[in-house]
Amino acid sequence: MAIWLTKDSKVIVQGMTGSEGSKHTRRMLAAGTNVVGGVNPRKAGQTVDFDGTELPVFASVADAMAETGADVTVIFVPPQFTKAAVVEAIDAAIGLAVVITEGVPVHDTASFWAYNVAKGEQTRIIGPNCPGIASPGASNAGIIPADITGSGRIGLVSKSGTLTYQMMYELRDIGFSTCVGIGGDPIIGTTHIDALAAFEADPETDAIVMIGEIGGDAEERAAEFIKANVTKPVVGYIAGFTAPPGKTMGHAGAIISGSAGTAEAKQAALEAVGVKVGKTPTETANLMRELMSGN
Amino acid sequence: MDLYEYQGRDLFERHGLPVLAGGVATTPEEARAIAERLGGRVVVKAQVKVGGRGKAGGVKLAEGAEETVARATDILGMDIKGHTVHKVMITVTADVAEEYYFSYLLDRANRTFLCIASVAGGMDIEQVAADTPDKVVKAPIDAVKGVDEAKAREIVTAAGFPAEVADQVVQVAVGLWQAFVAEDATLVEVNPLAKNGDGRLLLLDAKISLDENAAFRHPDHEALVDQAAVDPLEQAAKAKDLNYVKLDGEVGIIGNGAGLVMSTLDVVAYAGERHGNVKPANFLDIGGGASAAVMANGLEIVLSDPAVKSVFVNVFGGITACDEVANGIIQALALLEQRGEQVTKPLVVRLDGNNAEAGRAILDGANNPLVQRVDTMDGAAERAAELAAAGV
Repeated sequence: MAIWLTKDSKVIVQGMTGSEGSKHTRRMLAAGTNVVGGVNPRKAGQTVDFDGTELPVFASVADAMAETGADVTVIFVPPQFTKAAVVEAIDAAIGLAVVITEGVPVHDTASFWAYNVAKGEQTRIIGPNCPGIASPGASNAGIIPADITGSGRIGLVSKSGTLTYQMMYELRDIGFSTCVGIGGDPIIGTTHIDALAAFEADPETDAIVMIGEIGGDAEERAAEFIKANVTKPVVGYIAGFTAPPGKTMGHAGAIISGSAGTAEAKQAALEAVGVKVGKTPTETANLMRELMSGN
Repeated sequence: MDLYEYQGRDLFERHGLPVLAGGVATTPEEARAIAERLGGRVVVKAQVKVGGRGKAGGVKLAEGAEETVARATDILGMDIKGHTVHKVMITVTADVAEEYYFSYLLDRANRTFLCIASVAGGMDIEQVAADTPDKVVKAPIDAVKGVDEAKAREIVTAAGFPAEVADQVVQVAVGLWQAFVAEDATLVEVNPLAKNGDGRLLLLDAKISLDENAAFRHPDHEALVDQAAVDPLEQAAKAKDLNYVKLDGEVGIIGNGAGLVMSTLDVVAYAGERHGNVKPANFLDIGGGASAAVMANGLEIVLSDPAVKSVFVNVFGGITACDEVANGIIQALALLEQRGEQVTKPLVVRLDGNNAEAGRAILDGANNPLVQRVDTMDGAAERAAELAAAGV
């Protein structure tokens, strides 16, 4: 069953005809994702060939949903156009919008998020600045490599792309139900807490790895949530102990502001609610492995 | 990007907000010209991006042009908490009757913006909030609806601004919001927002942060970057589109993906605890689809840092193919030698993921004595720290 993305998910790609969009549409298809079309108003009515799979291009998300029954969109459009693309997805009330684009102005993200809330949050937004979501063996929406690991019973939620891949690789002997990269921007649609709640409710997930990094207080709030609501075991990893204050470390959201957002505070908050936190990705994976073998 | 106070003052002025007349000077002679233009009594303020400049002697009053030149001469070049003063702002003086506080900022937790307002201004707002929480109003702002007159009046009433300034604060609140949005700011803080002796409101200080992701719609923001204050290696990296942050250790770091690179810094620092306390020398993310050319540029920057004693290249090939990364490393070393640069610092390379086997074979085949292959992240960090400690 996994969370949010299953083998039954019908996926469209906004920006499918662009270079990044077409590259990753090909990879998603190769991973077994049921990609049913793309959106580009200037190329509506055309089809695009992906190694023998002909995918139709629609004028809008709403058209694509009406024609194909799509329920997931993956957004690869450049930052200048990302807000409009997400608003279009919200207007069409698609169930899941995965925003891969890096470099979206935070005013644009705040704006489409407020719009989504005003529309009753009918669309789950993942990202922006994220690698997407993968349910190994079932479906893959985004840019997470499909061949790192097979399916299994660990759920993974992470702010970082390559750390997600690293952790999937470390624990490929056990496998994952779903891996969600929620993105490294200061404002993101889906949070650690949303993923923790979904994994808690998912009968195919037995344990959860949570990866965080410096900036904001999402990990601290996740710790409170775990204490009150999560019965499944959680192990954590936090990146950025050596990051200096006031410097943005690659991700727009990864910045220690004054004394807020430090890795130490996040680790302490997680450990205070019984979450084991590894010092390195490998140690974190070993904590999870011990936990799973004890079950 | 954080702005200097004078840049904030200019920005407020451009958006029609009430600020003191003034200008910025980099030499005493420029200070003289500004003082002559303004006339009378002025205040000369050191421009540094750090608090406590008043206590450090970086803010002085001056009467007339001669005294302004003298004060500017004192302050220019002064060191304030490790920041050298290169510029002074000179403004006319205010006759402050009351000090308030007003700001808009990003509220990450609630995925929106927040307005903080208080009638107790002129001091650290976090302290005010801790001591007298009832004097600080925090109002969430809907990013779509923004701040119109009605919303502004709601905030002004909630914060308890005196009736005689309420209308003016409403105007400032609306204007400040418009500037916040128009400039893609993540913070605009006015402390103090002052009532002058004549009853007029003035924005007496400006703390502004701008969103660098929005640079594409603000070509004018580039000019606000203080190039002199940017580390030369960071500047060189930026020119090559590399995401680089200079740190103060000895192990150069190159990796792909911000999270993995942050993690690499940590793992190297832990390893360093066992090897002469060496630390990471930099953050460098060569990105998701890193090519050979990008690797060459990255290596060049990291190796040009004299503090670097060893380099750790940590790549997990997701989309990036490890064979390309390996080729990039070998080509980069050859390229640097062609340019006549003696590369003597050892490289520890860890490749995993997409085409890792092919990448490792390329490294082995190249047989470069400087390049050592270690196949686990923790093991490679350990080796890089050990080499750096030996080279220190």
